[in-house]
Amino acid sequence: MIEIHNLHKRFGRLQAVRDLSLTVRPGEVLGFLGPNGAGKSTTMRMIAGFLAPDSGTIEVCGHDMLRQPLAAKRHIGYLPEGAPAYSDMRVRSFLQFVARARGVVRINGVVDHALQRLQLEPVANRPIETLSKGFQRRVGIAQALLHDPQVLLLDEPTDGLDPNQKHHMRQLIRELSDDKVVMISTHILEEVEALCQRVVIINAGRLVADATPAALKSTSVYNRAVELELPEGGRYRSELEALPGVARVLLSEEQCHELLLVPEHGCHILPVVESWLAERQLQAQAVALSAGRLDDVFRRLTIEEPVAPQQEGVA
Amino acid sequence: MSVRKLAAVSRIVIVTRRELRSYFTTPLAYLFLAVFVMLSSFLCFQLGDFFRREQADLLPFFSFHPWLYLVLMPPLAMRLWAEERRSGTIELLMTLPLSTLDLVVGKFLAAWLFSGVALLATAPIWQTVNYLGDPDNGIILAAYLGSWCMGGAFLALGSLLSALTKNQVIAFVMALFVSLLFLLLGFGPLSAVLSRLLPEWLAGLLISMSFLTHFQDIARGVLDVRDVGFFLVFIVTGLLATVAAVEWKRAE
Repeated sequence: MIEIHNLHKRFGRLQAVRDLSLTVRPGEVLGFLGPNGAGKSTTMRMIAGFLAPDSGTIEVCGHDMLRQPLAAKRHIGYLPEGAPAYSDMRVRSFLQFVARARGVVRINGVVDHALQRLQLEPVANRPIETLSKGFQRRVGIAQALLHDPQVLLLDEPTDGLDPNQKHHMRQLIRELSDDKVVMISTHILEEVEALCQRVVIINAGRLVADATPAALKSTSVYNRAVELELPEGGRYRSELEALPGVARVLLSEEQCHELLLVPEHGCHILPVVESWLAERQLQAQAVALSAGRLDDVFRRLTIEEPVAPQQEGVA
Repeated sequence: MSVRKLAAVSRIVIVTRRELRSYFTTPLAYLFLAVFVMLSSFLCFQLGDFFRREQADLLPFFSFHPWLYLVLMPPLAMRLWAEERRSGTIELLMTLPLSTLDLVVGKFLAAWLFSGVALLATAPIWQTVNYLGDPDNGIILAAYLGSWCMGGAFLALGSLLSALTKNQVIAFVMALFVSLLFLLLGFGPLSAVLSRLLPEWLAGLLISMSFLTHFQDIARGVLDVRDVGFFLVFIVTGLLATVAAVEWKRAE
Protein backbone atom coordinates (compact mmCIF):
# COMPACT_ATOMS: atom_id res chain seq x y z
CA MET A 1 0.00 0.00 0.00
CA ILE A 2 1.25 3.45 -0.91
CA GLU A 3 -0.16 6.49 0.82
CA ILE A 4 1.05 9.92 -0.12
CA HIS A 5 -0.35 13.13 1.25
CA ASN A 6 0.08 16.71 0.10
CA LEU A 7 3.38 16.16 -1.64
CA HIS A 8 5.27 19.23 -2.81
CA LYS A 9 8.59 19.38 -4.60
CA ARG A 10 10.30 22.38 -6.08
CA PHE A 11 13.53 22.55 -8.08
CA GLY A 12 14.67 26.14 -7.93
CA ARG A 13 11.97 28.07 -9.71
CA LEU A 14 10.19 25.03 -11.09
CA GLN A 15 7.38 23.62 -9.01
CA ALA A 16 7.71 19.99 -10.09
CA VAL A 17 5.00 18.48 -7.88
CA ARG A 18 2.29 20.38 -6.10
CA ASP A 19 -0.08 19.12 -3.45
CA LEU A 20 -0.26 15.56 -4.71
CA SER A 21 -2.21 13.06 -2.63
CA LEU A 22 -2.72 9.47 -3.67
CA THR A 23 -3.48 6.08 -2.17
CA VAL A 24 -2.75 2.89 -4.05
CA ARG A 25 -4.00 -0.45 -2.72
CA PRO A 26 -2.74 -4.01 -3.27
CA GLY A 27 -4.08 -5.70 -6.39
CA GLU A 28 -4.26 -2.40 -8.16
CA VAL A 29 -2.25 -1.56 -11.27
CA LEU A 30 -2.05 2.17 -11.41
CA GLY A 31 -1.13 3.89 -14.65
CA PHE A 32 0.62 7.15 -13.95
CA LEU A 33 0.27 9.44 -16.94
CA GLY A 34 1.28 12.91 -17.86
CA PRO A 35 3.12 14.83 -20.54
CA ASN A 36 6.91 14.94 -20.40
CA GLY A 37 7.99 17.17 -17.53
CA ALA A 38 4.69 16.85 -15.68
CA GLY A 39 6.41 15.47 -12.58
CA LYS A 40 5.89 11.74 -13.07
CA SER A 41 9.48 10.70 -12.54
CA THR A 42 9.92 13.18 -9.71
CA THR A 43 6.92 11.65 -7.94
CA MET A 44 8.20 8.11 -8.54
CA ARG A 45 11.61 9.13 -7.20
CA MET A 46 10.05 10.54 -4.07
CA ILE A 47 8.03 7.40 -3.45
CA ALA A 48 11.12 5.26 -4.04
CA GLY A 49 13.01 7.34 -1.50
CA PHE A 50 15.55 8.83 -3.89
CA LEU A 51 14.30 12.40 -3.53
CA ALA A 52 12.95 13.95 -0.38
CA PRO A 53 9.78 16.00 -0.79
CA ASP A 54 9.76 19.63 0.32
CA SER A 55 6.64 18.87 2.31
CA GLY A 56 4.06 16.12 2.57
CA THR A 57 4.26 12.51 3.70
CA ILE A 58 4.96 9.22 1.95
CA GLU A 59 4.04 5.94 3.56
CA VAL A 60 4.91 2.59 2.03
CA CYS A 61 3.35 -0.47 3.67
CA GLY A 62 2.96 1.46 6.88
CA HIS A 63 6.53 2.79 6.97
CA ASP A 64 7.16 6.50 6.66
CA MET A 65 9.75 7.02 3.92
CA LEU A 66 11.31 10.00 5.67
CA ARG A 67 11.47 8.57 9.17
CA GLN A 68 12.16 4.89 8.44
CA PRO A 69 13.68 4.92 4.97
CA LEU A 70 15.34 1.51 5.15
CA ALA A 71 12.19 -0.25 6.34
CA ALA A 72 10.12 1.47 3.66
CA LYS A 73 12.65 0.76 0.89
CA ARG A 74 12.66 -2.96 1.73
CA HIS A 75 9.07 -3.18 0.49
CA ILE A 76 9.75 -1.48 -2.83
CA GLY A 77 11.00 -2.77 -6.14
CA TYR A 78 11.94 0.17 -8.29
CA LEU A 79 12.83 0.48 -11.94
CA PRO A 80 14.26 3.97 -12.40
CA GLU A 81 13.71 5.83 -15.66
CA GLY A 82 16.12 4.54 -18.29
CA ALA A 83 16.86 1.37 -16.28
CA PRO A 84 20.33 2.36 -15.06
CA ALA A 85 22.70 -0.49 -14.17
CA TYR A 86 26.41 -0.95 -13.60
CA SER A 87 27.36 -1.37 -17.22
CA ASP A 88 30.67 -3.11 -16.59
CA MET A 89 29.09 -5.80 -14.42
CA ARG A 90 27.79 -9.10 -15.76
CA VAL A 91 24.04 -9.60 -15.55
CA ARG A 92 24.26 -12.37 -12.97
CA SER A 93 26.68 -10.62 -10.64
CA PHE A 94 24.71 -7.39 -10.91
CA LEU A 95 21.55 -9.21 -9.82
CA GLN A 96 23.47 -10.96 -7.06
CA PHE A 97 24.66 -7.61 -5.77
CA VAL A 98 21.15 -6.16 -5.71
CA ALA A 99 19.79 -9.31 -4.05
CA ARG A 100 22.47 -9.12 -1.39
CA ALA A 101 21.79 -5.43 -0.78
CA ARG A 102 18.09 -6.24 -0.53
CA GLY A 103 18.82 -8.83 2.14
CA VAL A 104 17.58 -11.78 0.07
CA VAL A 105 18.41 -15.08 1.75
CA ARG A 106 18.75 -17.70 -1.01
CA ILE A 107 20.60 -15.50 -3.44
CA ASN A 108 21.46 -17.99 -6.17
CA GLY A 109 17.99 -19.50 -6.33
CA VAL A 110 16.33 -16.09 -6.42
CA VAL A 111 18.66 -14.77 -9.11
CA ASP A 112 18.18 -17.89 -11.25
CA HIS A 113 14.43 -17.55 -10.95
CA ALA A 114 14.54 -13.90 -12.00
CA LEU A 115 16.83 -14.69 -14.95
CA GLN A 116 14.40 -17.35 -16.10
CA ARG A 117 11.32 -15.23 -15.53
CA LEU A 118 12.65 -12.39 -17.69
CA GLN A 119 14.26 -14.73 -20.23
CA LEU A 120 17.69 -13.43 -19.42
CA GLU A 121 19.43 -16.80 -19.15
CA PRO A 122 21.21 -16.57 -22.52
CA VAL A 123 22.91 -13.32 -21.51
CA ALA A 124 23.42 -14.05 -17.80
CA ASN A 125 27.20 -13.97 -18.08
CA ARG A 126 27.54 -11.01 -20.40
CA PRO A 127 28.52 -7.53 -19.29
CA ILE A 128 25.41 -5.34 -19.18
CA GLU A 129 26.92 -2.71 -21.50
CA THR A 130 27.04 -5.25 -24.35
CA LEU A 131 23.28 -5.92 -24.20
CA SER A 132 20.58 -4.44 -26.40
CA LYS A 133 18.23 -1.85 -24.95
CA GLY A 134 15.46 -4.41 -24.52
CA PHE A 135 17.68 -6.76 -22.54
CA GLN A 136 18.94 -3.89 -20.41
CA ARG A 137 15.38 -2.92 -19.60
CA ARG A 138 14.63 -6.49 -18.58
CA VAL A 139 17.69 -6.55 -16.34
CA GLY A 140 16.26 -3.44 -14.69
CA ILE A 141 12.94 -5.16 -14.12
CA ALA A 142 14.58 -8.37 -12.89
CA GLN A 143 16.46 -6.27 -10.37
CA ALA A 144 13.22 -4.76 -9.12
CA LEU A 145 11.54 -8.16 -8.64
CA LEU A 146 14.30 -10.04 -6.81
CA HIS A 147 13.03 -9.59 -3.28
CA ASP A 148 9.38 -10.17 -4.19
CA PRO A 149 8.41 -6.65 -3.10
CA GLN A 150 4.96 -5.56 -2.00
CA VAL A 151 5.21 -2.39 -4.04
CA LEU A 152 6.48 -2.21 -7.61
CA LEU A 153 7.34 1.17 -9.06
CA LEU A 154 8.11 0.94 -12.76
CA ASP A 155 9.15 4.08 -14.59
CA GLU A 156 8.47 3.41 -18.29
CA PRO A 157 8.87 -0.37 -18.10
CA THR A 158 8.28 -1.13 -21.77
CA ASP A 159 10.37 1.67 -23.24
CA GLY A 160 12.78 0.15 -25.75
CA LEU A 161 11.09 -3.24 -25.96
CA ASP A 162 9.89 -4.75 -29.21
CA PRO A 163 6.18 -5.66 -29.56
CA ASN A 164 6.72 -9.27 -28.47
CA GLN A 165 8.69 -8.22 -25.44
CA LYS A 166 6.08 -5.59 -24.63
CA HIS A 167 3.40 -8.24 -24.73
CA HIS A 168 5.44 -10.48 -22.48
CA MET A 169 6.17 -7.65 -20.09
CA ARG A 170 2.49 -6.78 -19.78
CA GLN A 171 1.67 -10.39 -19.08
CA LEU A 172 4.32 -10.43 -16.38
CA ILE A 173 3.03 -7.23 -14.80
CA ARG A 174 -0.51 -8.64 -14.83
CA GLU A 175 0.73 -11.82 -13.13
CA LEU A 176 2.55 -9.81 -10.50
CA SER A 177 -0.28 -7.48 -9.75
CA ASP A 178 -2.48 -10.02 -7.96
CA ASP A 179 -1.41 -9.16 -4.45
CA LYS A 180 0.88 -6.22 -5.05
CA VAL A 181 0.74 -2.52 -5.53
CA VAL A 182 1.95 -1.76 -9.03
CA MET A 183 2.52 1.77 -10.20
CA ILE A 184 3.57 2.27 -13.81
CA SER A 185 4.55 5.55 -15.30
CA THR A 186 4.19 5.59 -19.03
CA HIS A 187 3.20 7.70 -21.97
CA ILE A 188 1.91 4.77 -24.00
CA LEU A 189 -1.86 5.00 -23.75
CA GLU A 190 -2.65 1.57 -25.17
CA GLU A 191 -0.57 0.15 -22.35
CA VAL A 192 -2.73 1.84 -19.78
CA GLU A 193 -5.84 0.42 -21.41
CA ALA A 194 -4.30 -3.04 -21.53
CA LEU A 195 -2.97 -3.12 -18.00
CA CYS A 196 -4.34 -0.65 -15.56
CA GLN A 197 -7.49 -0.65 -13.46
CA ARG A 198 -6.83 2.90 -12.52
CA VAL A 199 -5.39 5.91 -14.28
CA VAL A 200 -3.92 8.97 -12.63
CA ILE A 201 -3.02 11.86 -14.87
CA ILE A 202 -0.86 14.69 -13.65
CA ASN A 203 -0.08 17.91 -15.40
CA ALA A 204 2.37 20.59 -14.29
CA GLY A 205 2.81 18.67 -11.03
CA ARG A 206 -0.89 18.66 -10.21
CA LEU A 207 -3.32 15.77 -10.24
CA VAL A 208 -5.89 16.34 -12.99
CA ALA A 209 -7.63 12.97 -13.22
CA ASP A 210 -8.00 9.82 -11.15
CA ALA A 211 -10.42 7.23 -12.55
CA THR A 212 -10.73 3.90 -14.34
CA PRO A 213 -9.73 3.88 -18.02
CA ALA A 214 -13.38 3.29 -18.95
CA ALA A 215 -14.64 6.22 -16.90
CA LEU A 216 -12.00 8.47 -18.41
CA LYS A 217 -12.84 7.37 -21.92
CA SER A 218 -16.51 8.10 -21.33
CA THR A 219 -15.59 11.77 -20.94
CA SER A 220 -14.09 11.76 -24.41
CA VAL A 221 -15.90 13.61 -27.17
CA TYR A 222 -15.66 10.34 -29.08
CA ASN A 223 -17.62 8.50 -26.43
CA ARG A 224 -20.67 6.94 -28.15
CA ALA A 225 -19.39 8.05 -31.50
CA VAL A 226 -20.36 5.68 -34.29
CA GLU A 227 -17.71 4.11 -36.45
CA LEU A 228 -19.15 3.34 -39.84
CA GLU A 229 -17.53 1.45 -42.66
CA LEU A 230 -19.41 2.21 -45.83
CA PRO A 231 -18.32 1.87 -49.49
CA GLU A 232 -17.82 5.34 -50.95
CA GLY A 233 -18.90 6.73 -47.61
CA GLY A 234 -17.49 10.15 -48.40
CA ARG A 235 -20.45 10.85 -50.68
CA TYR A 236 -22.90 10.68 -47.78
CA ARG A 237 -20.99 13.04 -45.53
CA SER A 238 -23.29 16.05 -45.68
CA GLU A 239 -26.34 13.83 -45.49
CA LEU A 240 -25.00 12.19 -42.32
CA GLU A 241 -24.08 15.50 -40.77
CA ALA A 242 -27.67 16.58 -41.15
CA LEU A 243 -28.94 13.68 -39.02
CA PRO A 244 -30.31 14.71 -35.63
CA GLY A 245 -27.73 14.48 -32.87
CA VAL A 246 -24.72 14.21 -35.17
CA ALA A 247 -22.22 16.96 -34.48
CA ARG A 248 -19.47 16.12 -36.95
CA VAL A 249 -18.50 13.47 -39.43
CA LEU A 250 -14.83 12.64 -39.75
CA LEU A 251 -13.36 10.76 -42.69
CA SER A 252 -10.27 8.67 -42.32
CA GLU A 253 -7.79 10.18 -44.71
CA GLU A 254 -6.49 7.16 -46.58
CA GLN A 255 -9.74 5.32 -47.09
CA CYS A 256 -12.83 7.40 -47.57
CA HIS A 257 -15.11 4.49 -46.74
CA GLU A 258 -14.35 4.79 -43.02
CA LEU A 259 -16.41 7.39 -41.23
CA LEU A 260 -16.56 8.51 -37.63
CA LEU A 261 -19.79 10.17 -36.56
CA VAL A 262 -19.26 12.32 -33.49
CA PRO A 263 -22.46 12.88 -31.52
CA GLU A 264 -23.60 16.10 -29.90
CA HIS A 265 -23.15 16.02 -26.17
CA GLY A 266 -25.33 13.35 -24.55
CA CYS A 267 -26.95 12.09 -27.73
CA HIS A 268 -27.33 8.45 -28.72
CA ILE A 269 -26.93 8.40 -32.45
CA LEU A 270 -26.53 4.68 -33.12
CA PRO A 271 -30.31 4.06 -33.61
CA VAL A 272 -30.53 7.11 -35.84
CA VAL A 273 -27.66 5.90 -37.98
CA GLU A 274 -29.10 2.39 -38.20
CA SER A 275 -32.49 3.60 -39.33
CA TRP A 276 -30.85 5.90 -41.86
CA LEU A 277 -28.96 2.94 -43.30
CA ALA A 278 -32.18 0.94 -43.54
CA GLU A 279 -34.01 3.82 -45.14
CA ARG A 280 -31.34 4.32 -47.78
CA GLN A 281 -30.99 0.55 -48.17
CA LEU A 282 -27.24 0.73 -47.72
CA GLN A 283 -25.14 -2.21 -46.61
CA ALA A 284 -22.54 -1.01 -44.11
CA GLN A 285 -19.54 -3.33 -43.75
CA ALA A 286 -19.30 -2.49 -40.08
CA VAL A 287 -21.12 -0.36 -37.56
CA ALA A 288 -19.63 0.02 -34.11
CA LEU A 289 -20.06 2.17 -31.07
CA SER A 290 -16.88 3.80 -29.82
CA ALA A 291 -16.16 3.85 -26.09
CA GLY A 292 -14.14 7.00 -26.49
CA ARG A 293 -10.49 7.64 -26.94
CA LEU A 294 -7.96 8.02 -24.16
CA ASP A 295 -5.60 10.16 -26.22
CA ASP A 296 -8.34 12.69 -26.70
CA VAL A 297 -9.06 12.82 -22.96
CA PHE A 298 -5.36 13.01 -22.23
CA ARG A 299 -4.91 15.96 -24.57
CA ARG A 300 -7.89 17.78 -23.20
CA LEU A 301 -6.73 17.36 -19.59
CA THR A 302 -3.12 18.26 -20.16
CA ILE A 303 -3.27 21.02 -22.74
CA GLU A 304 -6.31 23.11 -22.00
CA GLU A 305 -5.95 23.52 -18.28
CA PRO A 306 -2.37 24.25 -17.38
CA VAL A 307 -2.17 27.91 -18.37
CA ALA A 308 -2.65 29.29 -14.89
CA PRO A 309 -0.36 26.88 -12.99
CA GLN A 310 2.49 27.44 -15.44
CA GLN A 311 2.45 31.15 -14.85
CA GLU A 312 2.44 30.50 -11.16
CA GLY A 313 5.50 28.28 -11.53
CA VAL A 314 7.53 31.02 -13.15
CA ALA A 315 6.62 33.70 -10.65
CA MET B 1 28.16 -5.87 18.88
CA SER B 2 24.47 -5.16 18.72
CA VAL B 3 22.29 -6.58 15.98
CA ARG B 4 21.81 -3.16 14.40
CA LYS B 5 25.53 -2.49 14.21
CA LEU B 6 26.08 -5.94 12.77
CA ALA B 7 23.47 -5.24 10.11
CA ALA B 8 25.16 -1.93 9.25
CA VAL B 9 28.53 -3.67 8.94
CA SER B 10 27.09 -6.32 6.63
CA ARG B 11 25.51 -3.60 4.45
CA ILE B 12 28.86 -1.83 4.23
CA VAL B 13 30.59 -5.08 3.30
CA ILE B 14 28.12 -5.59 0.43
CA VAL B 15 28.93 -2.15 -0.97
CA THR B 16 32.68 -2.62 -0.49
CA ARG B 17 32.64 -5.99 -2.24
CA ARG B 18 30.93 -4.66 -5.32
CA GLU B 19 33.15 -1.63 -5.48
CA LEU B 20 36.34 -3.63 -5.02
CA ARG B 21 35.25 -6.05 -7.73
CA SER B 22 34.58 -3.19 -10.10
CA TYR B 23 38.22 -2.10 -9.74
CA PHE B 24 39.28 -5.48 -11.04
CA THR B 25 36.77 -5.91 -13.88
CA THR B 26 39.21 -4.09 -16.16
CA PRO B 27 42.98 -4.62 -16.49
CA LEU B 28 43.38 -1.03 -15.27
CA ALA B 29 43.68 -2.21 -11.68
CA TYR B 30 46.77 -4.27 -12.48
CA LEU B 31 48.20 -1.43 -14.50
CA PHE B 32 47.65 0.86 -11.55
CA LEU B 33 49.42 -1.55 -9.20
CA ALA B 34 52.32 -1.78 -11.63
CA VAL B 35 52.62 2.00 -11.83
CA PHE B 36 52.43 2.26 -8.06
CA VAL B 37 55.25 -0.23 -7.51
CA MET B 38 57.45 1.10 -10.31
CA LEU B 39 57.06 4.72 -9.32
CA SER B 40 57.64 4.09 -5.63
CA SER B 41 60.72 2.00 -6.43
CA PHE B 42 62.08 4.65 -8.75
CA LEU B 43 61.56 7.40 -6.18
CA CYS B 44 63.16 5.29 -3.45
CA PHE B 45 66.18 3.94 -5.33
CA GLN B 46 66.97 6.86 -7.61
CA LEU B 47 65.82 10.09 -6.02
CA GLY B 48 66.01 8.76 -2.47
CA ASP B 49 69.64 7.66 -2.78
CA PHE B 50 68.71 4.36 -1.13
CA PHE B 51 72.04 2.64 -1.86
CA ARG B 52 74.44 5.51 -1.27
CA ARG B 53 72.96 6.26 2.14
CA GLU B 54 74.10 2.81 3.24
CA GLN B 55 71.54 2.72 6.01
CA ALA B 56 69.28 -0.22 6.69
CA ASP B 57 65.97 1.60 6.78
CA LEU B 58 63.20 2.63 4.37
CA LEU B 59 63.20 6.36 5.04
CA PRO B 60 63.89 7.18 1.38
CA PHE B 61 60.96 4.95 0.43
CA PHE B 62 58.43 6.42 2.83
CA SER B 63 59.47 10.07 2.58
CA PHE B 64 58.22 10.14 -1.01
CA HIS B 65 54.82 8.71 -0.14
CA PRO B 66 53.01 12.03 0.21
CA TRP B 67 54.01 12.87 -3.36
CA LEU B 68 53.27 9.40 -4.61
CA TYR B 69 49.78 9.60 -3.13
CA LEU B 70 49.26 13.08 -4.49
CA VAL B 71 49.37 11.60 -7.98
CA LEU B 72 48.02 8.10 -7.41
CA MET B 73 45.15 8.48 -4.91
CA PRO B 74 42.97 10.93 -6.91
CA PRO B 75 42.51 8.42 -9.77
CA LEU B 76 41.38 5.80 -7.26
CA ALA B 77 38.82 8.13 -5.71
CA MET B 78 37.58 10.05 -8.74
CA ARG B 79 35.04 7.52 -9.96
CA LEU B 80 33.55 6.67 -6.56
CA TRP B 81 30.61 9.06 -6.89
CA ALA B 82 31.05 11.00 -10.12
CA GLU B 83 30.53 7.87 -12.19
CA GLU B 84 27.40 6.87 -10.24
CA ARG B 85 25.90 10.27 -10.91
CA ARG B 86 26.89 10.33 -14.58
CA SER B 87 25.46 6.90 -15.35
CA GLY B 88 22.35 7.32 -13.19
CA THR B 89 23.12 4.23 -11.11
CA ILE B 90 23.06 6.49 -8.05
CA GLU B 91 19.27 6.34 -8.27
CA LEU B 92 19.38 2.57 -8.14
CA LEU B 93 21.92 2.56 -5.34
CA MET B 94 20.10 5.07 -3.18
CA THR B 95 16.75 3.32 -3.44
CA LEU B 96 18.23 0.08 -2.11
CA PRO B 97 17.73 -0.37 1.63
CA LEU B 98 21.18 1.04 2.35
CA SER B 99 21.84 4.31 4.14
CA THR B 100 23.97 7.02 2.59
CA LEU B 101 26.53 6.44 5.32
CA ASP B 102 26.71 2.73 4.39
CA LEU B 103 27.38 3.70 0.79
CA VAL B 104 29.96 6.36 1.57
CA VAL B 105 31.87 4.15 4.01
CA GLY B 106 31.57 1.07 1.80
CA LYS B 107 32.93 2.85 -1.25
CA PHE B 108 35.71 4.49 0.71
CA LEU B 109 36.76 1.19 2.25
CA ALA B 110 37.01 -0.38 -1.20
CA ALA B 111 39.35 2.36 -2.38
CA TRP B 112 41.32 2.23 0.87
CA LEU B 113 41.69 -1.55 0.73
CA PHE B 114 42.83 -1.27 -2.86
CA SER B 115 45.47 1.26 -1.84
CA GLY B 116 46.48 -1.22 0.88
CA VAL B 117 46.95 -3.87 -1.80
CA ALA B 118 49.14 -1.43 -3.70
CA LEU B 119 51.23 -0.85 -0.57
CA LEU B 120 51.58 -4.59 -0.02
CA ALA B 121 52.81 -4.90 -3.57
CA THR B 122 55.85 -2.85 -2.60
CA ALA B 123 56.96 -5.60 -0.20
CA PRO B 124 59.97 -6.48 -2.42
CA ILE B 125 61.53 -3.17 -1.38
CA TRP B 126 61.16 -4.24 2.23
CA GLN B 127 62.76 -7.56 1.35
CA THR B 128 65.64 -5.76 -0.35
CA VAL B 129 66.51 -3.81 2.74
CA ASN B 130 66.36 -7.00 4.81
CA TYR B 131 68.65 -8.72 2.34
CA LEU B 132 71.18 -5.90 2.39
CA GLY B 133 71.17 -5.14 6.08
CA ASP B 134 69.46 -5.60 9.37
CA PRO B 135 66.67 -3.01 9.64
CA ASP B 136 64.24 -2.58 12.51
CA ASN B 137 61.21 -4.27 10.96
CA GLY B 138 58.91 -2.96 13.69
CA ILE B 139 59.69 0.57 12.59
CA ILE B 140 59.06 -0.31 8.96
CA LEU B 141 55.72 -1.93 9.79
CA ALA B 142 54.74 1.16 11.77
CA ALA B 143 55.67 3.37 8.85
CA TYR B 144 53.63 1.20 6.50
CA LEU B 145 50.58 1.52 8.76
CA GLY B 146 51.04 5.26 9.10
CA SER B 147 51.45 5.62 5.37
CA TRP B 148 48.26 3.68 4.77
CA CYS B 149 46.44 6.08 7.12
CA MET B 150 47.72 9.03 5.14
CA GLY B 151 46.57 7.33 1.94
CA GLY B 152 43.13 7.09 3.51
CA ALA B 153 43.12 10.83 4.12
CA PHE B 154 43.90 11.46 0.45
CA LEU B 155 41.11 9.08 -0.53
CA ALA B 156 38.56 10.66 1.83
CA LEU B 157 39.33 14.01 0.24
CA GLY B 158 39.02 12.48 -3.22
CA SER B 159 35.71 10.87 -2.31
CA LEU B 160 34.32 14.22 -1.17
CA LEU B 161 35.34 15.95 -4.39
CA SER B 162 34.00 13.07 -6.47
CA ALA B 163 30.62 13.50 -4.79
CA LEU B 164 30.50 17.11 -5.91
CA THR B 165 30.64 16.52 -9.66
CA LYS B 166 29.38 14.25 -12.40
CA ASN B 167 32.65 14.46 -14.24
CA GLN B 168 35.49 12.16 -13.26
CA VAL B 169 38.12 14.40 -14.83
CA ILE B 170 36.95 17.38 -12.82
CA ALA B 171 36.91 15.18 -9.71
CA PHE B 172 40.49 14.13 -10.46
CA VAL B 173 41.87 17.61 -11.06
CA MET B 174 40.07 19.03 -8.03
CA ALA B 175 41.41 16.22 -5.84
CA LEU B 176 44.90 16.85 -7.16
CA PHE B 177 44.62 20.55 -6.42
CA VAL B 178 43.16 20.28 -2.93
CA SER B 179 45.52 17.46 -1.95
CA LEU B 180 48.45 19.57 -3.07
CA LEU B 181 47.21 22.40 -0.86
CA PHE B 182 47.06 20.08 2.14
CA LEU B 183 50.62 18.94 1.41
CA LEU B 184 52.07 22.37 0.89
CA LEU B 185 50.54 23.94 4.00
CA GLY B 186 53.54 22.55 5.87
CA PHE B 187 56.08 23.47 3.18
CA GLY B 188 58.52 26.04 4.64
CA PRO B 189 58.11 29.01 2.27
CA LEU B 190 54.33 28.70 2.14
CA SER B 191 53.92 28.41 5.89
CA ALA B 192 56.14 31.49 6.28
CA VAL B 193 53.80 33.42 3.99
CA LEU B 194 50.74 32.13 5.87
CA SER B 195 52.20 33.15 9.23
CA ARG B 196 52.82 36.66 7.94
CA LEU B 197 49.44 37.19 6.29
CA LEU B 198 47.04 35.49 8.68
CA PRO B 199 46.35 35.87 12.38
CA GLU B 200 48.60 33.61 14.37
CA TRP B 201 45.95 31.12 15.47
CA LEU B 202 44.62 30.64 11.95
CA ALA B 203 48.04 30.25 10.39
CA GLY B 204 48.93 27.79 13.14
CA LEU B 205 45.76 25.83 12.53
CA LEU B 206 46.29 25.66 8.77
CA ILE B 207 49.93 24.67 9.12
CA SER B 208 48.97 21.99 11.60
CA MET B 209 46.66 20.51 8.95
CA SER B 210 49.55 19.75 6.65
CA PHE B 211 49.95 16.15 5.56
CA LEU B 212 53.70 16.69 5.18
CA THR B 213 54.23 17.75 8.77
CA HIS B 214 52.17 14.91 10.14
CA PHE B 215 53.93 12.39 7.95
CA GLN B 216 57.49 13.43 8.84
CA ASP B 217 57.66 11.35 11.99
CA ILE B 218 55.59 8.54 10.55
CA ALA B 219 58.13 8.11 7.73
CA ARG B 220 60.75 7.50 10.42
CA GLY B 221 58.49 4.86 11.92
CA VAL B 222 57.37 6.91 14.88
CA LEU B 223 53.62 6.48 15.27
CA ASP B 224 52.57 9.43 17.37
CA VAL B 225 48.91 9.44 18.40
CA ARG B 226 48.65 13.03 17.23
CA ASP B 227 49.82 12.20 13.72
CA VAL B 228 47.88 8.99 13.20
CA GLY B 229 44.94 10.51 15.01
CA PHE B 230 45.07 13.48 12.67
CA PHE B 231 44.78 11.28 9.61
CA LEU B 232 41.99 9.18 11.14
CA VAL B 233 40.02 12.27 12.15
CA PHE B 234 40.64 13.68 8.70
CA ILE B 235 39.20 10.49 7.15
CA VAL B 236 36.10 10.57 9.36
CA THR B 237 35.52 14.26 8.64
CA GLY B 238 36.02 13.71 4.91
CA LEU B 239 33.50 10.87 4.90
CA LEU B 240 30.88 12.80 6.85
CA ALA B 241 31.33 15.69 4.42
CA THR B 242 30.90 13.18 1.57
CA VAL B 243 27.60 12.03 3.10
CA ALA B 244 26.43 15.64 3.16
CA ALA B 245 27.61 16.23 -0.41
CA VAL B 246 25.88 13.09 -1.72
CA GLU B 247 22.63 14.06 0.01
CA TRP B 248 22.87 17.61 -1.27
CA LYS B 249 23.70 16.74 -4.86
CA ARG B 250 21.55 13.65 -5.32
CA ALA B 251 18.86 15.33 -7.33
CA GLU B 252 21.10 16.82 -10.00
